[in-house]
Amino acid sequence: MELELRGITKRFPGVVANDNVNLTVRGGEVLALLGENGAGKSTLMNILYGLYRADEGEILIDGETVHFASPRDAIKAGIGMVHQHFMLVPNFSVADNVILGVEPTISLGRINRRSARKRVAQLSRDFGLDLDPDALTETLAVGIQQRIEIVKVLFRDAKVVVFDEPTAVLTPQEIEDFFRIVETLTAAGRGVVFITHKLKEAGRIADRIVVLRRGKTVGEADPKTATPAQLAEMMVGRPVELVVSKTEAEGSTTMLKVSNLAVTDPDGRLLVNHVNLEVRAGEIVGIAGVQGNGQSELVETLVGLRRPIDGTVTLDGADITHLTPRDRHRCGVAHIPEDRQRDGLVSSFSITENLALTGYYEAPLSKGVNMNWEGARTEAERLVRDFDIRTPSTETTTGKLSGGNQQKVIVAREISRPLKLAIASQPTRGVDVGSIEYIHQRLVELRDKGVAVLVVSTELDEIMALSDRILVMFDGDIIADLQRSETSHNDVGLYMAGAKGEHIS
Amino acid sequence: MSTPTEVYRDAQLAVGRSLEQIKRSRNLGIVYLILAAITAWRLTSHAGTATFNLSGGHSFGVAATPLAWVVAGSLAVMGGVQLARGLGKWQTAALAAVAVVFIFTLLAWAAAPNSFAFVGMLSQGVTYSAPLIFGAMAGIMCERSGVVNIAIEGLLLSGAFTSALVGSVVNFWVGVGAAMVVAALFAWFLAWLAIRFKVDQVIVGFFINFFVLGLTSFLGNRILAVDEAYNQVRTLVPWKIPGLHSIPVIGPILFEQTIFVYIAFALVAFLAWAFAKTRWGLRTRAIGEHPRAADTLGVNVNQLRYRNVIAAGAVAGFGGSWWTANVGRFNENITNGRGFIALAVVIVGRWSPAGALAGALVFGFFDAMEAKLSFLNTGIPGEFVQMLPYLATIIVVAGFVGRSRAPRAAGQAYDSQ
Repeated sequence: MELELRGITKRFPGVVANDNVNLTVRGGEVLALLGENGAGKSTLMNILYGLYRADEGEILIDGETVHFASPRDAIKAGIGMVHQHFMLVPNFSVADNVILGVEPTISLGRINRRSARKRVAQLSRDFGLDLDPDALTETLAVGIQQRIEIVKVLFRDAKVVVFDEPTAVLTPQEIEDFFRIVETLTAAGRGVVFITHKLKEAGRIADRIVVLRRGKTVGEADPKTATPAQLAEMMVGRPVELVVSKTEAEGSTTMLKVSNLAVTDPDGRLLVNHVNLEVRAGEIVGIAGVQGNGQSELVETLVGLRRPIDGTVTLDGADITHLTPRDRHRCGVAHIPEDRQRDGLVSSFSITENLALTGYYEAPLSKGVNMNWEGARTEAERLVRDFDIRTPSTETTTGKLSGGNQQKVIVAREISRPLKLAIASQPTRGVDVGSIEYIHQRLVELRDKGVAVLVVSTELDEIMALSDRILVMFDGDIIADLQRSETSHNDVGLYMAGAKGEHIS
Repeated sequence: MSTPTEVYRDAQLAVGRSLEQIKRSRNLGIVYLILAAITAWRLTSHAGTATFNLSGGHSFGVAATPLAWVVAGSLAVMGGVQLARGLGKWQTAALAAVAVVFIFTLLAWAAAPNSFAFVGMLSQGVTYSAPLIFGAMAGIMCERSGVVNIAIEGLLLSGAFTSALVGSVVNFWVGVGAAMVVAALFAWFLAWLAIRFKVDQVIVGFFINFFVLGLTSFLGNRILAVDEAYNQVRTLVPWKIPGLHSIPVIGPILFEQTIFVYIAFALVAFLAWAFAKTRWGLRTRAIGEHPRAADTLGVNVNQLRYRNVIAAGAVAGFGGSWWTANVGRFNENITNGRGFIALAVVIVGRWSPAGALAGALVFGFFDAMEAKLSFLNTGIPGEFVQMLPYLATIIVVAGFVGRSRAPRAAGQAYDSQ
């Protein structure tokens, strides 16, 4: 089957998400669609899948124009989509998730579960997916859940499979497994569209690469000859520094010391399992790990948003285990939260108001019970300048800013004061390449000024680029404590998958 | 690749005690001590033997005062243990046992030195549970589809009114059919506002409850009060199931009921089966948990929500006609909050039909007990006795249920863009 998108244009109020986009995929090949967040990749794929209607342009299958009014039409035409956020019902079995919408039935609308299980098991065997049809979805690792999505599209007999940022949630080993599965798919004659912003992966798996920037196709590249620097330049529109430049760390006194810290969820399950760690002044410690291994809860406990059931946290020798978030903040702790929309910003507030959120209760931002908005605005103007926040004015609501600029607002608020410890959780998630560069530099500068920096990231590249020392969290434990200079990508990846290491802290 | 999965399961099994669990355990200990004090202080006051009449002339007697002292002592010990070290995995079982024993002691105290119809009271409880079951099933059908329906009370009341009016003018079963249609219309209205216009579902439900209360009161005064013939239906007589009704104790409780009770039980079984085994059930659960997933697989989320909410309305309308069948007429606000108790039953039953059935039976029992205690003239103020079913609701929801999880998408309008 050959699938072609011709002249696709989609406008949203105020933006052109896709501007005359053309691309073709054939059976048996992998097409990588490379672009930054907001370049229009997802919009394009939602049009292909019948979720959005294109304003202009057409979709052709084997040379014939088709119209998709809903996902049902796209599925019928042989298009399968594996979404970035999995479309799985967590409390369903694997087989139930696969058959939803196309249930094989016997009389009275009864589902023929026996035939469903058999076909799921068969597909799973044919494509080397190793899935148990009866397993409960929410108990499975993310990599396994992704395979359910793959079986879902195979069950519907898809000829072209679209993967939207499929590697974002996977461990390095799971990514290897995933590439192997993609090879099986193409070997079976299926066409694959691989949407990504990761240069290396596009180069690794694709037969052709199409680069999208600001809604337009800016060009096609041959993965055999294109270098990452070339691809990055196509993607961003200017040359980009891909490595963080920094000198050796000069770690000295212990700034943050965590002893025997344990955190549970309301049902008593241990999320952070008696963890010990230290961060010295002038050192960047990176915590690597797959999402959901207790990193978020650890950070929330360190900044005072969660209460531990056991253990202590000391900052520069003082016990801060029971301090409120505000008191910790005043002690010199900065927190860049993992989800900036939820925890970092009030998106309907202006930049000035967001910048005032942490210090609003004292001069110069307030006088007694009154806010000093003039002072706040002057302060905001200074920060917008210093942190290169691209905005029409300080009174623009942060919801209107790009992801990178939103993140810079948070960074500005958190680190523009005397600090002892900076905790940054997923500091560059969903941020454009230019802002990533900038935020990384700022974190290194903090380190050089003698601040203890703790970076939590699920992006192994980010951990490797920034850290002086790397801790790996798995299943609530810290299972490895590695010097950056003495470890490799592959090594950390194995720890992240839990394939080596043990409770060491 | 099985290693991470296994480790994940192990982590789930490695259960410690969270702060919330410790607090809950301590609170339970305090509740037990309070119950012990109440038992020792009040329930030891009636001397003599309380006789519990069973079916077929059988009965058993209990010496009320000694029983109360033994129970008070045991409760105090249990409260102490619970406070000191918790009861671990026995905690919930212990709570259930305490509830049963305390209620038994209360009944013995209330009845002593006379006798009362114990099995009759239980049978009454089953009868009273029927409207709660219909209300709860309607609630489950909506919530499992992702629509919060707090208008159950209004739907029951509209059904009660319509079946009384139409039942008086035409005949009972036509009245029931009309009740189903009217309640389904109100449910459609809720669905229309909630799905089409994305109005907050709680607010719409609230509005329907008050609208129906006002409307039925008004029409009751204007139409039903005009002529007795508009508000007079022959009540249904219990139908004894041949064979089964002669089983001792169980027979009179379960198998000498009206057709409403049997249909309620059948509906529970049907829904439990349909949710688990049919395409409709799978899709309904999917749109209540993760509507976008269902949508991307070609399931029409909003259409299915419409259908389920309207069908739930018909179920509630049928439940509303229980009052007509049992009382024979309509009175202002005759449902008196049973629709809200049905919502509590949904939560107690954790959104499963079988669980809700158990919950409905418990609340039906408290309804019957309230009637019995008022009759026994215990000296407890009548107003307090009337509070009993509601008090039981709040205690059960807070104490037994703990944290239970509603369908993830419940209450959220779905928009495919």
